[in-house]
Amino acid sequence: MPDRIQRKKTERHVDEVTEAEVTPTESAAIDDLDDLLDEIDEILEENAEEFVRSYVQKGGE
Amino acid sequence: MVAERSSELKPDSTCKPMAVPKVCGLETEYGILVRGADNNPVTASALLINAYTGVAQEQVAFDLIAEDPQRDARSPDPLDPYEFDPELEYAPVNAVLTNGARYYVDHAHPEMSTPEVRTPREAVIWDRAGEEIIRQSMAAAQRLVPDGAEILIHKNNSDGKGNSYGCHENYLVDRGLPFGKVISAVMAHFVTRQVFAGAGKVGCELPGMPSDSMPFQLSQRADFFEEEVGLETTVRRPIVNTRDEPHCDASKYRRLHVIAGDANMSEVATFLKVASTAMLLAAVEDEPTMELPALANPVRAITQISHDPTLSAVVSTYEGTTVRALDVQWQLFEIARSWVERTGGEAVGEADCALALQHWEHILSGLESNPLTVADRVDWVAKQRLINAYAERHNVVPGSAALRAIDLQYHDMRPSKGLASRCGLVTLVDDDEVQRATTQPPTSTRAYFRGRCVERYGNDIIAANWDSMVFDIGADPLRRVPMDDPLRGTAELVANVIDNSATAVDLVAALAEPIG
Repeated sequence: MPDRIQRKKTERHVDEVTEAEVTPTESAAIDDLDDLLDEIDEILEENAEEFVRSYVQKGGE
Repeated sequence: MVAERSSELKPDSTCKPMAVPKVCGLETEYGILVRGADNNPVTASALLINAYTGVAQEQVAFDLIAEDPQRDARSPDPLDPYEFDPELEYAPVNAVLTNGARYYVDHAHPEMSTPEVRTPREAVIWDRAGEEIIRQSMAAAQRLVPDGAEILIHKNNSDGKGNSYGCHENYLVDRGLPFGKVISAVMAHFVTRQVFAGAGKVGCELPGMPSDSMPFQLSQRADFFEEEVGLETTVRRPIVNTRDEPHCDASKYRRLHVIAGDANMSEVATFLKVASTAMLLAAVEDEPTMELPALANPVRAITQISHDPTLSAVVSTYEGTTVRALDVQWQLFEIARSWVERTGGEAVGEADCALALQHWEHILSGLESNPLTVADRVDWVAKQRLINAYAERHNVVPGSAALRAIDLQYHDMRPSKGLASRCGLVTLVDDDEVQRATTQPPTSTRAYFRGRCVERYGNDIIAANWDSMVFDIGADPLRRVPMDDPLRGTAELVANVIDNSATAVDLVAALAEPIG
């Protein structure tokens, strides 16, 4: 089970800001994650079992 | 000749390779699924592409003449419409777009080949443009399918049931570099770059291992590699592909065709995947005798590494030590960094090299300490984060259908359903640049000539190929314009002649010499 997630919630990690990117702090990231999970709950295929079962492709290169 | 001039008579027997500009491109086979109607991937792929290009419009076809390296492409041969390119088994639709891309049906998948680009950043732009074209195609196709039917497209590499399809890269390499050196340059990288370029996968498709035995692995493709080096692409897949169809002057160049990569949703992952590989190739071109990391068993290593998302798995080196994938990546990073420091990185692009090294170091450091810190740029981390959080919230076990659905939906090209676009992934290019790139070609390669001609003279183009265009100028024979050099046919060289040629007749007359 994902003990990784629980462990990281108590740490703060701030990256150096460079011109290429800005890395959010851990606490903001967790709020984002909750919002994202709410969104996934809404848009995830309703019948996951059926969807996954029916997803078949021909082999390609 | 006189004896004392013998030193001048000595032939230059080893043509010393030098880093050639890393012209490159990506070919992506997309997953396709029809719901609510007959699920025929070949006809659905054709419908998708035709919906975009418009069946009513003249569609510029890809030249289906069989490849033949011995054939002199300068002779204006009449086109034989019944010769088929052996690469394409299913080719009902094969279009060349105004941005220089090729959009076609290949092995029951819609495939988008970006135009040739000069830099890794441009590869990202035109790869994203390809995604946009796919989305526009889906919207157009939606109007053409029966009520209640839908065509689903995924930018992924596996259906989870043992069937895989590729995201291929292509790099221009000096023909003077022996192929053995090319292999050495990239083998360890292709095995280990999945730590930043892997797109993640729930389950396992290694023959003999049950699919539920693995909650998550780094790469979509790792399970499918069975050989180190080889010519195949659909079975017995090799990590390094030996296909030698340069589509350009074979005496000067090689096109390294790479099948060992995942399709990426993260722009940073795509950028770094291309830039890192290009830098390593250029570094070895400049210094073919350099020492490179070598693994004892790359085929075993690629799955060993993929199957351990803690990144602590060790694999054997050729020398008999053991290393983590991250250790190999640090070595390769140092090789690239050192090459850029010595040369400026011109062959790949100075700015691209600087940015790539920055991202590479940032990601490797992040992976060492806490992978979640790079969830905004590494696809497998972003995907795993979603899967773990979902599993915790809903208390589902690893390998559950919902988690497999998240895996798939991460790559869903529907804006309303795709999960990757919701993960806050760092972007490198603007939407405006991407939009322009859906219709306009890059300016620094022969793709410029191709795209401009398709846009301006489409009705008079019989067929286009990577290395030639065939025009109908209203009288026999048809005129083939060779494009043997990917670095010619650029805006700098041909924009004027195209702008000043209102028709294909004008253009052919104005071209004093071949484009390549």
